[in-house]
Parts: sequence; structure tokens; C-alpha cells
Amino acid sequence: MAEALILRRLSKAYIAGKPVLRDIDVEIAAEGITAIIGPSGTGKSTLIRCINRLVEPTSGEILFEGRDLARVRGVALRHARRQIGMVFQEYNLVERLTVMENLLSGRLGYVSPWNAWRRRFPDQDIARAQALLETVGLTGFANRRADALSGGQRQRVGIARAVMQEPRLLLADEPTSSLDPKTSVEIMQLLADVARSHRIPVLINMHDVSLARRFADRILGMEGGRIVFDGVPGALSDAILKQIYGGEDWLH
Amino acid sequence: MNATPVADSASPYVFPRHRTAQITFVLLAVYVVYAAAQMEVSWERVQAGLEHAGRFLSRMFPPNFERSELLWKGLAESLQIAVLASALGIVLALPFGLLGARNLMPAWISWPARLIVVLARSFHPVVVAIVFVKAVGFGALAGVLALTVASIGFIGKLFTEAIEEVSIRQVEAIRATGAPFTSVLAFGVLPQVFSRFIGFATYQLDSNLRNSTMVGIVGAGGIGGTLFAAFQRFDYDFVAAILISLIALIMAGEVLATAVRRIFIDNVTLGGLFRGGTPASQERHLEDD
Repeated sequence: MAEALILRRLSKAYIAGKPVLRDIDVEIAAEGITAIIGPSGTGKSTLIRCINRLVEPTSGEILFEGRDLARVRGVALRHARRQIGMVFQEYNLVERLTVMENLLSGRLGYVSPWNAWRRRFPDQDIARAQALLETVGLTGFANRRADALSGGQRQRVGIARAVMQEPRLLLADEPTSSLDPKTSVEIMQLLADVARSHRIPVLINMHDVSLARRFADRILGMEGGRIVFDGVPGALSDAILKQIYGGEDWLH
Repeated sequence: MNATPVADSASPYVFPRHRTAQITFVLLAVYVVYAAAQMEVSWERVQAGLEHAGRFLSRMFPPNFERSELLWKGLAESLQIAVLASALGIVLALPFGLLGARNLMPAWISWPARLIVVLARSFHPVVVAIVFVKAVGFGALAGVLALTVASIGFIGKLFTEAIEEVSIRQVEAIRATGAPFTSVLAFGVLPQVFSRFIGFATYQLDSNLRNSTMVGIVGAGGIGGTLFAAFQRFDYDFVAAILISLIALIMAGEVLATAVRRIFIDNVTLGGLFRGGTPASQERHLEDD
């Protein structure tokens, strides 16, 4: 099966009768970057968060690695989450922990609680964390506290934490929306590098259409809780953007 | 209850005037005057009281430290009651505090846990001490149990509040890695609340130290019993000696609490403790704000 992730008739309504996601049907290939664009409040975040069940879907199926994630509970859900890395808009690092501790927290799904409380991690995890710090350009930051870092540095730690999981799928919920344009490009480049080097699918929702065009292999356009565009960046015309976001003055 | 500010629509002021607050304030002032009149606190009564206080004070000096053995025994017992009750209270308050946190626990767990903590807090430690003296007999055990209950009631509530105020984003991120619940606590919750927990714990030790000198009055062990007996026998010079010792004990407790805080929160070494200087965390807090 070439698809890593299949969503079938996925719906979510926070308030009964007012669905945010309406019957999403989409298949994500085993590799490559898929960007989800669309106006605020259209369900992009909800869609991403349903996949690792930070948000409970109301109905539908989430098929990943031969299982329906919409149904799993308890240990099965935790084991599914281990396979799925997540990068957040606000980085969501544990502020009072060091960079190294934040990275190692990506391994918590594999480490027993007893060892987690004692801060005991396997040597290879620590070695990998060191190597990853170098990859994301934060050599020498291991013992800095996360709250002492800049936004761009924090997001690099956030990505490194997700990569520590050795995920089979990477989700990114507006990873660049809190960053300046230059840092945004660097972070997108880093995510693209991760997607390529780990040969995993990356699902990113974002506001910046030009960034999506530049980095994504495939773009999903959402509007009103539905996918209204699905294609390669080249196919994303002004007419389609007008349909997704409404109006046209902002295009010029 | 009317919390909304009553703004005069025709008012030229930018800030709405809080009529309700103004009226409440006037009513409070009226009640204070009324209460003073009811109590018949007259100038003559104050004068008579002052005269009596003067005689009492003159008999307290010089303080009499002759019965130092009795004094030390009482003080040591009070200290033991305080430390034991704090240790037990903190250990028991941790689970209750966690179970009561509504952001991490379902309602059917958090409500019973909160109820227990509220019950533990509903009576003054002295009232609880009387109950325990009746239940387990005179002596330090009753004091330890009474102050343990008080500690659960007090820091259990503070722990719960601290946990409910954590940033849920950080917890969510740890949860998203597939970490088991207890590991989420270790990496997502504890780092956010640890320094506050240490603060509450040292505050409770301080508070228990004060209270442990009082539960003795109702027979629950410690220096309080000695103090009460000295009052009864009009040994005011010994009373003065006990009071001075208590001040020293409380101050020593304060120093100890500060040291504990600096070791746990600021990661100061034992050597650094005596050298002084600015703790690292104070510099960091500047960046937080």
C-alpha cells in the first residue's frame, strides 16, 4: 500500500450540529510534504489534531499502519502516537526543562515511567539527541533551558523532539506562524530535510501560501471544513485561491 | 452578587464608577463603628487594660531560663511534631493535589479528592488537635496527626491550583509523543510546578512550626503545654523565656526554609549557600517577564 495515511469521511463537530470538519476524504502518500492551506477557523488545525487524537473525531476513519486510529484507546493509542511526531505553532516545549531534556522527551513513549522519573534514557537515545542538535544547528545548546531560546531556536528543538520519536509520520500545526519570514523559510527547509532524509510523509498546515508553494509536493486547500482543492503547487491558480480565501484584493 | 461595574451612562468619565463597590465600602465602615460601640470599648477600659499589661510585662522580665531542661524538651518535641507533620502532610497532599486537578482528572475523581482536601481544611488545627487528643490520647502523636490533617488541607489545595494553572500546551506536546500518563506528569507537569511546590512545602513547614507550639495547649504535645502551665502558675518570667525561645525557633525555621528553597529552586550548592550572592533563578525570572 503506497498510502501512509488514509482519512475516510472524517468529521468533527465541537458543538453538535456545527461541524468543523465535514467528511474529509484524503489519502497521504508514504513520502513527501503535503501542505494544508485555508482561512482561519476552517478546520486545518482540527484536521491535524484529529490524526493523533489530541482532538477526538466525531466520526470517520483514520487509517494508519493498518489500524483505524479513530478507534484505538489506551496503550494502542499511545503506541500509535509514538509513530507520529508533532510540531506546534507555539513550539510547546517544556519551558523549564533543558534543550536536552526536551529532546529526550520525544523518547518517553519507549522509556518506562520508572526510568522517566529517574531521568534515565538509553545511551543511544542520548547520542542521537546530541547528533540531532548538530543537525538542527543547536550544537552546544544541550544544557540551555528552553525558555532562554529564541523562537526559531525553539522551533528547531520542537522539530528535533518530534524527530527523536523516529516517527512514521510528521504533523506540523502552523510551524512557522509565530516566526519571522527568514526563520520561517529556514524552519520549512528543516522540515523538508527531515521529510527527505527520513523518507516519511509530512503534513503541514500553514497560512503562508507562497511558502506552501515553495516547499510542498502537494497542496490541500480547505474551506468551510471541506477540502476544495487537491493538487500540485503549480495547479494552485488565483481563481482557486479566490475560491478558498474569498475576495481577490489580497492577491495583488 | 453584582460584579459588573455600574456605569453612569451620562458620566463624562472614561472609567466607569463602581457604585456597588462604593456602597459596600460605606456599609463596611458603618459596621466597624457599630461593632466598636457594641463592644463598649471605652477609653477607661483601654486605660485599665494598659495598667494591667504594664504589671504583667514587668513580671516577665528578666526572663527565667533556669528550667532549661523542660524548655529544651518542649522545643525539641515541637520541632519534631512540625517536621513529621510536614513530611507526612506533603507526601499525602501530593496525590490528593494531583487527583483534585480538574485539567488532568475526570470529574468523578477530582470531586471526591477536592472534598477530602476541603474537609481537612475546614477546622482550625487546634480543633483537630482536640479531636485527636480524645481519639489517641495525650501526647505528640495527636499533635502530629492534627498538623498532618491541616497540612493536607492547606497544601493539597495549593498543589491542585498550581497543577490547574500549568500550560496545557506543554502537557499536550508530551502526550503527543505517546508517553504514558506518569511520564507525562514527570516531564510535562512536574517541571512547571516544581518550584511552586517547594515554596508551598517550606511555607507549610514554617506554618506547622508555629502551630506545633500551640497544639500543646490542648494536650497534643510540644512546648505549648509547658507554656500553658507556666501561664496558669503565673510564672511570667518562665513564660518570657519560652516566648523568646519560640521567636528564635521560628527564625531558625525561616532560615532553614530559605536554604531549602535555594537548594531546590536555584540549584545552589551547600557552599554557595553560605557565600550568598544573586541566585541564578532571579536572573532567569527577568527573562520570563
